Amino acid sequence: MYAQMIKSEATKDDPEKLAAFQARIDAGDKIEPKDWMPEGYRKTLMRQIGQHAHSEIVGQLPEGNWITRAPTLERKAILLAKVQDEAGHGLYLYCAAETLGVSRDELTEMLLDGRMKYSSIFAYPTLTWADMGAVGWLVDGAAIMNQVPLQRTSFGPYARAMVRICKEESFHQRQGFDIMMKMVNGTDAQRRMAQDALNRLWYPALMMFGPPDADSVHSEQSMLWKIKINGNDELRQKFVDQTVPQAEYLGLTIPDDGLTWNEDKGSYDFTGPDWSEFFEVLKGNGPCSAERIEARQNAWDDGAWVREARLAHAAKKQATQMVAE
Amino acid sequence: MKSEWPLWEVFIRGQHGLSHRHVGSLHATDAEHAIQNARDVYTRRKEGISIWVVPAAHITASSPDDKGAFYDPADDKVYRHPSFFNIPDDVGAM
Repeated sequence: MYAQMIKSEATKDDPEKLAAFQARIDAGDKIEPKDWMPEGYRKTLMRQIGQHAHSEIVGQLPEGNWITRAPTLERKAILLAKVQDEAGHGLYLYCAAETLGVSRDELTEMLLDGRMKYSSIFAYPTLTWADMGAVGWLVDGAAIMNQVPLQRTSFGPYARAMVRICKEESFHQRQGFDIMMKMVNGTDAQRRMAQDALNRLWYPALMMFGPPDADSVHSEQSMLWKIKINGNDELRQKFVDQTVPQAEYLGLTIPDDGLTWNEDKGSYDFTGPDWSEFFEVLKGNGPCSAERIEARQNAWDDGAWVREARLAHAAKKQATQMVAE
Repeated sequence: MKSEWPLWEVFIRGQHGLSHRHVGSLHATDAEHAIQNARDVYTRRKEGISIWVVPAAHITASSPDDKGAFYDPADDKVYRHPSFFNIPDDVGAM
Protein backbone atom coordinates (compact mmCIF):
# COMPACT_ATOMS: atom_id res chain seq x y z
CA MET A 1 0.00 0.00 0.00
CA TYR A 2 1.35 3.45 0.75
CA ALA A 3 3.66 1.62 3.08
CA GLN A 4 4.90 -1.51 1.31
CA MET A 5 7.29 -4.23 2.44
CA ILE A 6 7.84 -2.72 5.85
CA LYS A 7 10.33 -4.92 7.61
CA SER A 8 9.40 -5.63 11.22
CA GLU A 9 12.37 -4.77 13.37
CA ALA A 10 13.59 -7.34 15.81
CA THR A 11 13.02 -6.48 19.40
CA LYS A 12 15.41 -7.17 22.29
CA ASP A 13 13.39 -6.00 25.22
CA ASP A 14 12.62 -7.33 28.65
CA PRO A 15 10.18 -10.26 28.04
CA GLU A 16 8.00 -9.18 30.96
CA LYS A 17 7.56 -5.68 29.56
CA LEU A 18 6.96 -7.13 26.10
CA ALA A 19 4.18 -9.35 27.42
CA ALA A 20 2.54 -6.46 29.25
CA PHE A 21 2.77 -4.36 26.09
CA GLN A 22 1.21 -7.10 23.96
CA ALA A 23 -1.57 -7.46 26.54
CA ARG A 24 -2.36 -3.75 26.19
CA ILE A 25 -2.56 -4.11 22.42
CA ASP A 26 -4.71 -7.22 22.66
CA ALA A 27 -7.05 -5.35 24.99
CA GLY A 28 -7.47 -2.66 22.34
CA ASP A 29 -5.51 0.02 24.20
CA LYS A 30 -4.01 2.82 22.15
CA ILE A 31 -0.27 3.26 22.58
CA GLU A 32 0.72 6.90 23.01
CA PRO A 33 4.15 8.44 22.25
CA LYS A 34 5.30 8.67 25.87
CA ASP A 35 4.19 5.14 26.77
CA TRP A 36 6.78 2.42 27.00
CA MET A 37 7.06 0.52 23.71
CA PRO A 38 9.41 -2.12 22.35
CA GLU A 39 12.24 -0.71 20.26
CA GLY A 40 11.11 -2.86 17.33
CA TYR A 41 7.60 -1.42 17.48
CA ARG A 42 8.98 2.11 17.49
CA LYS A 43 11.38 1.53 14.60
CA THR A 44 8.91 -0.40 12.46
CA LEU A 45 6.23 2.23 12.94
CA MET A 46 8.66 5.04 12.23
CA ARG A 47 9.52 3.40 8.92
CA GLN A 48 5.89 2.62 8.12
CA ILE A 49 4.47 6.05 8.93
CA GLY A 50 7.45 7.73 7.28
CA GLN A 51 6.94 5.76 4.08
CA HIS A 52 3.24 6.53 4.21
CA ALA A 53 4.00 10.26 4.58
CA HIS A 54 6.55 10.21 1.76
CA SER A 55 3.97 8.52 -0.47
CA GLU A 56 1.50 11.33 0.13
CA ILE A 57 4.12 13.94 -0.70
CA VAL A 58 5.61 12.19 -3.74
CA GLY A 59 2.03 11.34 -4.75
CA GLN A 60 1.46 15.01 -5.43
CA LEU A 61 3.86 14.90 -8.37
CA PRO A 62 2.01 12.71 -10.90
CA GLU A 63 -1.14 14.75 -10.37
CA GLY A 64 0.61 18.09 -10.09
CA ASN A 65 1.79 17.27 -13.60
CA TRP A 66 -1.73 18.00 -14.92
CA ILE A 67 -2.75 21.07 -12.90
CA THR A 68 -1.69 23.53 -15.58
CA ARG A 69 -3.31 21.43 -18.31
CA ALA A 70 -6.65 20.58 -16.71
CA PRO A 71 -9.40 20.81 -19.35
CA THR A 72 -11.57 23.35 -17.49
CA LEU A 73 -11.14 25.89 -14.73
CA GLU A 74 -13.42 23.81 -12.49
CA ARG A 75 -11.34 20.65 -13.04
CA LYS A 76 -8.21 22.66 -12.34
CA ALA A 77 -9.60 24.00 -9.06
CA ILE A 78 -10.69 20.50 -8.01
CA LEU A 79 -7.33 18.94 -8.88
CA LEU A 80 -5.52 21.71 -7.04
CA ALA A 81 -7.65 21.07 -3.94
CA LYS A 82 -6.96 17.36 -4.19
CA VAL A 83 -3.21 17.82 -4.48
CA GLN A 84 -3.31 20.24 -1.55
CA ASP A 85 -5.09 17.55 0.49
CA GLU A 86 -2.26 15.14 -0.29
CA ALA A 87 0.20 17.67 1.11
CA GLY A 88 -1.99 17.89 4.22
CA HIS A 89 -2.02 14.09 4.55
CA GLY A 90 1.74 14.06 4.32
CA LEU A 91 1.96 16.65 7.09
CA TYR A 92 -0.42 14.79 9.45
CA LEU A 93 1.67 11.67 8.97
CA TYR A 94 5.07 13.34 9.35
CA CYS A 95 3.87 14.74 12.68
CA ALA A 96 2.74 11.28 13.76
CA ALA A 97 6.16 9.86 12.82
CA GLU A 98 7.92 12.65 14.68
CA THR A 99 6.25 11.67 17.95
CA LEU A 100 8.39 8.51 17.73
CA GLY A 101 11.59 10.52 18.01
CA VAL A 102 12.67 11.22 14.43
CA SER A 103 12.85 14.76 13.09
CA ARG A 104 11.17 16.09 9.95
CA ASP A 105 14.52 16.89 8.36
CA GLU A 106 15.80 13.38 9.07
CA LEU A 107 12.71 11.90 7.45
CA THR A 108 13.18 14.07 4.36
CA GLU A 109 16.86 13.19 4.13
CA MET A 110 16.06 9.49 4.35
CA LEU A 111 13.63 9.83 1.44
CA LEU A 112 16.14 11.74 -0.64
CA ASP A 113 19.07 9.38 -0.07
CA GLY A 114 16.93 6.28 -0.61
CA ARG A 115 16.99 4.90 2.92
CA MET A 116 13.21 5.29 3.02
CA LYS A 117 10.81 4.39 0.22
CA TYR A 118 7.54 5.68 -1.09
CA SER A 119 4.71 3.69 -2.67
CA SER A 120 5.56 1.96 -5.96
CA ILE A 121 2.48 3.44 -7.63
CA PHE A 122 3.94 6.95 -7.79
CA ALA A 123 6.91 5.81 -9.86
CA TYR A 124 4.56 5.53 -12.85
CA PRO A 125 3.90 8.40 -15.25
CA THR A 126 0.58 10.18 -15.83
CA LEU A 127 0.50 10.48 -19.60
CA THR A 128 -2.98 11.83 -20.35
CA TRP A 129 -5.80 13.65 -18.59
CA ALA A 130 -7.62 10.29 -18.30
CA ASP A 131 -4.86 9.26 -15.89
CA MET A 132 -6.18 11.87 -13.43
CA GLY A 133 -9.46 9.97 -13.51
CA ALA A 134 -7.84 6.56 -13.21
CA VAL A 135 -5.51 7.65 -10.38
CA GLY A 136 -8.38 9.04 -8.32
CA TRP A 137 -10.61 6.07 -9.01
CA LEU A 138 -8.05 3.25 -8.66
CA VAL A 139 -5.16 4.59 -6.58
CA ASP A 140 -7.23 6.52 -4.06
CA GLY A 141 -9.74 3.67 -4.10
CA ALA A 142 -6.99 1.22 -3.17
CA ALA A 143 -5.65 3.65 -0.57
CA ILE A 144 -9.04 3.94 1.12
CA MET A 145 -9.29 0.16 1.33
CA ASN A 146 -6.04 0.07 3.26
CA GLN A 147 -6.48 3.20 5.32
CA VAL A 148 -9.96 2.60 6.70
CA PRO A 149 -8.82 -0.36 8.84
CA LEU A 150 -5.71 1.60 9.87
CA GLN A 151 -7.97 3.99 11.77
CA ARG A 152 -7.98 1.17 14.35
CA THR A 153 -4.21 0.79 14.45
CA SER A 154 -2.64 0.53 17.90
CA PHE A 155 -0.53 3.71 17.78
CA GLY A 156 -2.69 6.68 18.79
CA PRO A 157 -1.15 9.45 16.64
CA TYR A 158 -1.17 7.20 13.54
CA ALA A 159 -4.80 6.18 14.11
CA ARG A 160 -5.86 9.81 14.57
CA ALA A 161 -4.05 10.90 11.41
CA MET A 162 -5.85 8.09 9.57
CA VAL A 163 -9.24 9.28 10.80
CA ARG A 164 -8.61 12.71 9.30
CA ILE A 165 -7.22 11.28 6.08
CA CYS A 166 -10.11 8.87 5.54
CA LYS A 167 -12.62 11.70 5.91
CA GLU A 168 -10.95 13.50 3.02
CA GLU A 169 -10.04 10.56 0.82
CA SER A 170 -13.52 9.78 -0.41
CA PHE A 171 -13.67 13.10 -2.30
CA HIS A 172 -10.50 12.03 -4.09
CA GLN A 173 -11.87 8.75 -5.32
CA ARG A 174 -15.19 10.21 -6.40
CA GLN A 175 -13.63 13.08 -8.33
CA GLY A 176 -11.55 10.47 -10.17
CA PHE A 177 -14.58 8.35 -11.03
CA ASP A 178 -16.38 11.51 -12.14
CA ILE A 179 -13.57 12.24 -14.61
CA MET A 180 -13.80 8.66 -15.90
CA MET A 181 -17.57 8.98 -16.38
CA LYS A 182 -17.07 12.16 -18.36
CA MET A 183 -14.44 10.51 -20.54
CA VAL A 184 -16.43 7.38 -21.35
CA ASN A 185 -19.46 9.46 -22.24
CA GLY A 186 -17.38 11.63 -24.57
CA THR A 187 -15.91 10.98 -28.01
CA ASP A 188 -14.36 7.72 -29.21
CA ALA A 189 -10.94 9.24 -28.67
CA GLN A 190 -11.85 10.06 -25.05
CA ARG A 191 -13.14 6.52 -24.49
CA ARG A 192 -9.89 5.13 -25.88
CA MET A 193 -7.94 7.39 -23.52
CA ALA A 194 -9.97 6.15 -20.55
CA GLN A 195 -9.38 2.51 -21.53
CA ASP A 196 -5.68 3.18 -22.06
CA ALA A 197 -5.38 4.75 -18.59
CA LEU A 198 -7.05 1.69 -17.04
CA ASN A 199 -4.79 -0.63 -19.04
CA ARG A 200 -1.65 1.07 -17.78
CA LEU A 201 -2.68 1.65 -14.16
CA TRP A 202 -4.54 -1.57 -13.32
CA TYR A 203 -1.50 -3.67 -12.41
CA PRO A 204 0.40 -0.87 -10.67
CA ALA A 205 -2.78 -0.37 -8.59
CA LEU A 206 -2.92 -4.09 -7.68
CA MET A 207 0.75 -3.92 -6.68
CA MET A 208 -0.04 -1.22 -4.14
CA PHE A 209 -1.24 -3.88 -1.70
CA GLY A 210 2.22 -5.44 -1.63
CA PRO A 211 3.41 -8.96 -2.50
CA PRO A 212 1.33 -12.08 -1.77
CA ASP A 213 1.05 -12.89 1.93
CA ALA A 214 2.96 -16.13 1.39
CA ASP A 215 6.00 -14.00 0.49
CA SER A 216 5.45 -11.30 3.10
CA VAL A 217 7.77 -12.42 5.84
CA HIS A 218 7.22 -9.36 7.99
CA SER A 219 3.46 -9.31 8.25
CA GLU A 220 3.04 -11.53 11.26
CA GLN A 221 4.75 -9.34 13.86
CA SER A 222 3.11 -6.20 12.47
CA MET A 223 -0.30 -7.84 12.70
CA LEU A 224 0.32 -8.86 16.31
CA TRP A 225 1.21 -5.25 17.05
CA LYS A 226 -1.88 -4.09 15.13
CA ILE A 227 0.09 -1.79 12.90
CA LYS A 228 -1.02 -3.90 9.97
CA ILE A 229 -4.64 -4.93 10.12
CA ASN A 230 -5.36 -6.97 6.98
CA GLY A 231 -3.38 -9.31 4.76
CA ASN A 232 -2.22 -8.06 1.36
CA ASP A 233 -4.14 -10.71 -0.60
CA GLU A 234 -7.35 -10.09 1.31
CA LEU A 235 -7.30 -6.37 0.53
CA ARG A 236 -6.30 -6.95 -3.09
CA GLN A 237 -9.22 -9.34 -3.54
CA LYS A 238 -11.59 -6.84 -1.96
CA PHE A 239 -10.32 -4.14 -4.29
CA VAL A 240 -10.80 -6.30 -7.39
CA ASP A 241 -14.31 -7.30 -6.31
CA GLN A 242 -15.26 -3.70 -5.76
CA THR A 243 -13.63 -2.29 -8.87
CA VAL A 244 -14.70 -4.76 -11.57
CA PRO A 245 -18.40 -3.77 -11.44
CA GLN A 246 -17.37 -0.10 -11.52
CA ALA A 247 -15.34 -0.73 -14.67
CA GLU A 248 -18.36 -2.51 -16.17
CA TYR A 249 -20.50 0.48 -15.35
CA LEU A 250 -18.01 2.65 -17.24
CA GLY A 251 -18.04 0.22 -20.16
CA LEU A 252 -14.30 -0.35 -19.75
CA THR A 253 -12.45 -3.67 -19.85
CA ILE A 254 -10.11 -4.77 -17.07
CA PRO A 255 -6.86 -5.73 -18.84
CA ASP A 256 -6.83 -9.31 -17.55
CA ASP A 257 -7.95 -12.27 -19.71
CA GLY A 258 -7.96 -14.46 -16.64
CA LEU A 259 -10.58 -12.39 -14.83
CA THR A 260 -13.66 -14.54 -14.09
CA TRP A 261 -16.38 -14.58 -11.49
CA ASN A 262 -15.96 -17.52 -9.15
CA GLU A 263 -19.41 -18.50 -7.97
CA ASP A 264 -18.13 -20.83 -5.24
CA LYS A 265 -16.03 -18.28 -3.41
CA GLY A 266 -18.33 -15.40 -4.31
CA SER A 267 -15.52 -13.26 -5.70
CA TYR A 268 -13.39 -12.81 -8.80
CA ASP A 269 -10.45 -14.93 -9.87
CA PHE A 270 -7.81 -12.75 -11.44
CA THR A 271 -4.24 -12.77 -12.67
CA GLY A 272 -1.80 -11.25 -10.22
CA PRO A 273 0.80 -8.63 -11.13
CA ASP A 274 4.31 -9.33 -12.36
CA TRP A 275 6.10 -9.12 -9.03
CA SER A 276 9.55 -8.78 -10.54
CA GLU A 277 8.40 -5.41 -11.87
CA PHE A 278 7.21 -4.44 -8.39
CA PHE A 279 10.55 -5.29 -6.79
CA GLU A 280 12.41 -3.33 -9.45
CA VAL A 281 10.19 -0.28 -8.86
CA LEU A 282 10.66 -0.54 -5.12
CA LYS A 283 14.43 -0.64 -5.63
CA GLY A 284 14.10 2.74 -7.32
CA ASN A 285 14.07 1.51 -10.93
CA GLY A 286 10.51 2.52 -11.85
CA PRO A 287 9.80 4.53 -15.00
CA CYS A 288 9.71 7.84 -13.06
CA SER A 289 11.69 6.93 -9.92
CA ALA A 290 14.65 9.15 -10.72
CA GLU A 291 12.42 12.04 -11.79
CA ARG A 292 10.39 11.86 -8.55
CA ILE A 293 13.41 12.00 -6.26
CA GLU A 294 14.97 14.71 -8.39
CA ALA A 295 11.81 16.81 -8.00
CA ARG A 296 11.84 16.32 -4.23
CA GLN A 297 15.56 17.08 -4.06
CA ASN A 298 15.03 20.30 -6.03
CA ALA A 299 12.14 21.33 -3.79
CA TRP A 300 14.33 20.69 -0.75
CA ASP A 301 17.32 22.61 -2.15
CA ASP A 302 15.32 25.47 -3.61
CA GLY A 303 13.34 25.82 -0.40
CA ALA A 304 16.42 26.05 1.82
CA TRP A 305 16.63 29.84 1.71
CA VAL A 306 12.90 30.11 2.60
CA ARG A 307 13.34 27.85 5.62
CA GLU A 308 16.34 29.89 6.78
CA ALA A 309 14.80 33.29 6.01
CA ARG A 310 11.64 32.53 7.97
CA LEU A 311 13.68 31.52 10.99
CA ALA A 312 15.85 34.64 10.71
CA HIS A 313 12.77 36.82 10.37
CA ALA A 314 11.14 35.26 13.43
CA ALA A 315 14.32 35.75 15.48
CA LYS A 316 14.57 39.38 14.39
CA LYS A 317 10.91 40.04 15.20
CA GLN A 318 11.34 38.50 18.63
CA ALA A 319 14.43 40.62 19.31
CA THR A 320 12.58 43.81 18.31
CA GLN A 321 9.67 42.87 20.55
CA MET A 322 11.97 42.30 23.51
CA VAL A 323 13.62 45.70 23.01
CA ALA A 324 10.19 47.34 22.84
CA GLU A 325 9.17 45.71 26.12
CA MET B 1 23.85 25.94 10.07
CA LYS B 2 20.89 23.67 10.31
CA SER B 3 17.92 24.12 12.55
CA GLU B 4 14.32 23.04 12.13
CA TRP B 5 11.25 25.17 12.59
CA PRO B 6 9.83 24.60 16.08
CA LEU B 7 6.86 22.30 16.63
CA TRP B 8 3.45 23.72 17.54
CA GLU B 9 0.34 21.98 18.82
CA VAL B 10 -2.89 23.07 17.18
CA PHE B 11 -6.30 23.37 18.85
CA ILE B 12 -9.48 24.16 16.96
CA ARG B 13 -12.97 25.17 18.07
CA GLY B 14 -15.72 24.04 15.72
CA GLN B 15 -18.96 25.81 14.93
CA HIS B 16 -21.10 24.46 17.70
CA GLY B 17 -19.79 26.06 20.84
CA LEU B 18 -17.61 23.17 21.98
CA SER B 19 -14.19 23.69 23.53
CA HIS B 20 -11.05 23.97 21.47
CA ARG B 21 -9.87 20.49 20.67
CA HIS B 22 -6.39 19.23 19.89
CA VAL B 23 -6.22 18.33 16.19
CA GLY B 24 -2.53 17.79 15.56
CA SER B 25 0.76 19.58 15.24
CA LEU B 26 2.86 21.42 12.69
CA HIS B 27 6.13 23.27 12.25
CA ALA B 28 6.30 27.06 12.06
CA THR B 29 8.77 29.80 12.88
CA ASP B 30 6.53 31.92 15.09
CA ALA B 31 2.96 32.14 16.39
CA GLU B 32 1.60 34.09 13.45
CA HIS B 33 3.16 31.65 11.00
CA ALA B 34 1.76 28.75 13.01
CA ILE B 35 -1.76 30.18 12.81
CA GLN B 36 -1.46 30.58 9.04
CA ASN B 37 -0.15 27.05 8.61
CA ALA B 38 -2.84 25.68 10.92
CA ARG B 39 -5.47 27.34 8.75
CA ASP B 40 -4.09 25.56 5.67
CA VAL B 41 -3.38 22.20 7.25
CA TYR B 42 -6.34 21.78 9.61
CA THR B 43 -9.29 23.84 8.35
CA ARG B 44 -9.51 23.19 4.62
CA ARG B 45 -13.12 22.10 5.09
CA LYS B 46 -14.34 24.71 7.54
CA GLU B 47 -13.55 22.48 10.51
CA GLY B 48 -13.32 25.47 12.82
CA ILE B 49 -13.86 29.12 13.52
CA SER B 50 -11.11 29.61 16.08
CA ILE B 51 -7.53 28.36 16.22
CA TRP B 52 -5.13 28.18 19.14
CA VAL B 53 -1.46 27.34 18.65
CA VAL B 54 0.93 26.50 21.47
CA PRO B 55 4.66 25.78 21.22
CA ALA B 56 4.89 22.02 21.85
CA ALA B 57 7.84 22.64 24.18
CA HIS B 58 5.55 24.63 26.51
CA ILE B 59 3.18 21.76 27.18
CA THR B 60 3.61 19.87 30.42
CA ALA B 61 2.01 16.45 30.38
CA SER B 62 1.14 14.07 33.19
CA SER B 63 3.35 11.01 33.26
CA PRO B 64 1.93 7.96 31.51
CA ASP B 65 3.44 5.74 34.22
CA ASP B 66 1.20 7.38 36.81
CA LYS B 67 -1.88 6.16 35.00
CA GLY B 68 -2.98 4.01 37.93
CA ALA B 69 -1.94 5.76 41.13
CA PHE B 70 -2.45 9.32 39.94
CA TYR B 71 -6.16 8.81 39.34
CA ASP B 72 -6.72 6.47 42.28
CA PRO B 73 -8.55 9.02 44.42
CA ALA B 74 -11.49 8.86 42.01
CA ASP B 75 -11.79 5.08 42.23
CA ASP B 76 -13.70 4.85 45.50
CA LYS B 77 -16.04 7.80 44.99
CA VAL B 78 -18.70 6.25 42.84
CA TYR B 79 -21.25 8.43 44.65
CA ARG B 80 -20.10 11.30 42.46
CA HIS B 81 -22.12 9.75 39.67
CA PRO B 82 -25.87 10.37 39.70
CA SER B 83 -26.58 6.72 38.94
CA PHE B 84 -25.28 5.85 42.45
CA PHE B 85 -28.58 6.99 43.93
CA ASN B 86 -31.82 5.08 43.47
CA ILE B 87 -34.73 7.46 43.10
CA PRO B 88 -38.15 5.72 43.05
CA ASP B 89 -39.98 5.94 39.72
CA ASP B 90 -42.91 7.59 41.52
CA VAL B 91 -40.77 10.69 42.10
CA GLY B 92 -40.70 11.34 38.37
CA ALA B 93 -37.85 12.77 36.32
CA MET B 94 -34.87 14.01 38.31
